[in-house]
Amino acid sequence: MSLTNQQTALPISLTTHDLVVGYSMPVVKGVDLTIQPGKISILIGSNGCGKSTLLKCLARVLPPISGQVLLNGKAIHQQPAKKVAKMMALLPQGPIAPEGLSVKELVSQGRYPHQSFLKQWSKEDEQAVEQAMQQANVEMLADRSIADLSGGQRQRCWIAMVLAQQTDIILLDEPTTYLDLKVQVDLLNLLSDLAHQHQRTLVIVLHELNLAATYADHLIMMKEGKVYAQGTPDQVFNADNLQAVFGLTAKVMKDPDSDALLCIPMTQQSSQVAS
Amino acid sequence: MTRSKWLSWSGILIMLGLLLFAFIWHLSIGTKIIPIDELIQSFYAYNQDNFNHLIIQELRLPRALIAICVGACLAVSGALMQGVTRNPLADPGLLGMLTGAALGVVYWSTFVSSASLVWLPLVAAIGALISAIIVWSIASRVTGGITPLSLILSGSAFTAFTGALLAIHHLLDQHTFEEMRTWLVGSLLASNLATLYWCLPWIIIGLVAAIMLAPSVTALSMGEEVATGLGINIPRRKWQLLTCVVILTSVSVALAGPLGFIGLVIPHVVRFWVGADYRWIIPYCILLGAVYLLFVDTLARWLIQPHEIATGLITILIGAPLFIWLVKVRVR
Repeated sequence: MSLTNQQTALPISLTTHDLVVGYSMPVVKGVDLTIQPGKISILIGSNGCGKSTLLKCLARVLPPISGQVLLNGKAIHQQPAKKVAKMMALLPQGPIAPEGLSVKELVSQGRYPHQSFLKQWSKEDEQAVEQAMQQANVEMLADRSIADLSGGQRQRCWIAMVLAQQTDIILLDEPTTYLDLKVQVDLLNLLSDLAHQHQRTLVIVLHELNLAATYADHLIMMKEGKVYAQGTPDQVFNADNLQAVFGLTAKVMKDPDSDALLCIPMTQQSSQVAS
Repeated sequence: MTRSKWLSWSGILIMLGLLLFAFIWHLSIGTKIIPIDELIQSFYAYNQDNFNHLIIQELRLPRALIAICVGACLAVSGALMQGVTRNPLADPGLLGMLTGAALGVVYWSTFVSSASLVWLPLVAAIGALISAIIVWSIASRVTGGITPLSLILSGSAFTAFTGALLAIHHLLDQHTFEEMRTWLVGSLLASNLATLYWCLPWIIIGLVAAIMLAPSVTALSMGEEVATGLGINIPRRKWQLLTCVVILTSVSVALAGPLGFIGLVIPHVVRFWVGADYRWIIPYCILLGAVYLLFVDTLARWLIQPHEIATGLITILIGAPLFIWLVKVRVR
């Protein structure tokens, strides 16, 4: 896949080196990861396995205890915050917009890293916001208040904000949680389009296993703070790995039409949920 | 943004008009009502022998100017705090700054020097600053760091504690308390231009900084994770904003004592009209805060003339019903 992009022709690289992250105790325990440019990488694992913590460290919300996150070869936590924000955007889990903010105002916030006190609202900003709202399909909501929208519409607005930031890398923490299945699929189609048509690099934490297997180019399975297995869904999404990572006894099948992998949990067996 | 931009700019013009109106009203009304033409005359053809000119230039003008500055500073510091802590109830009183300043003044005049009024404004500012530092550092030591909740909890504990100390002092030493009433309720009675000149550079620094930091306050009001993603260095920006709030609040306390409710109510009224973007909230707060305090101070001097009600009481008497009305119409 060619990496021609409207912002930059340089391939973006995001890697971690022996990364340890946590709060009082380490949650992520020595992760080496290379995020593939222009692809969708999806992190899965049971609750508390450290996938969200890892994403937060990639996004600079948490500092590493040891090890490094490297963006284009340089430690991300040492680079100026605004400079990084022009290359990498974050959509955290369950973001809350302040009361009274309109959709367009929310999307406009994505231009923050491109602005300064002397360079306020420019034509470029206006274009980026228009384009982002088009891509996320929220143009017709522009003047509505965020509070009046449904969960799915709201999440599309947040994605539009992140798109307006015009970054090569986008990190998303459980972007589909609490949404209807149809809305989840719509959102993931949108994200898939961003990666495959617009060469954005996406890193997503996802709970829904079947959707993860369907949409991931690169699937990263985490267990107890470490990467247990990674590769294409075909390589890693199998019964043995699901058993090891989630303690889930399941059958993995291939949908004959789409070639997507599906896991079907065994109902009779006592399947333990790993802590 | 273009459509609301046009609306917002014209709103600024209307606010400026209101400010001018409130300013003239404040100057002309009082125990003695002075006609407008004489009022304007006192600016371009000042006559020392004209008693009305004297009242306006020596008494009412300093007071009006101080009301403008204090109203603007308190409204802006309240708006900044509400945005950063994502707490709609935040205001300078939350950080314990108002009671802290009052306590500083009362202790200073009891134990150090009751004669020299010169140092009182500075003492009030130091009291406000120390209170903010105490509350902030308690909040930051809670597990989880400075969150809206930890700030509110340590702020209200500190406010209750300083309030109790003030009450004890009141019981033990009634005499000092009577003298110090301005510093406890807030009033513009003791306005003098010398204090204003001393505070003016700080007021300008604080307000300009607030305008410059406003875009990042909008980002912070969407949560720290979103703000980090947008490229804001959270710890550094929070310190800058806290410094800004301390400066604005300290000069207000130094000029007029602890005037409650302005920092709480004005940002809510402004948000009701201009929405949630601090690029607009801050300038509107500057103007509406000034208009509000001018208006309130006019009432304070006019309602039970020839006596005067402490301005700090009127800000609360008007502010509280206004706030309740806002709560009612904005119920989600």
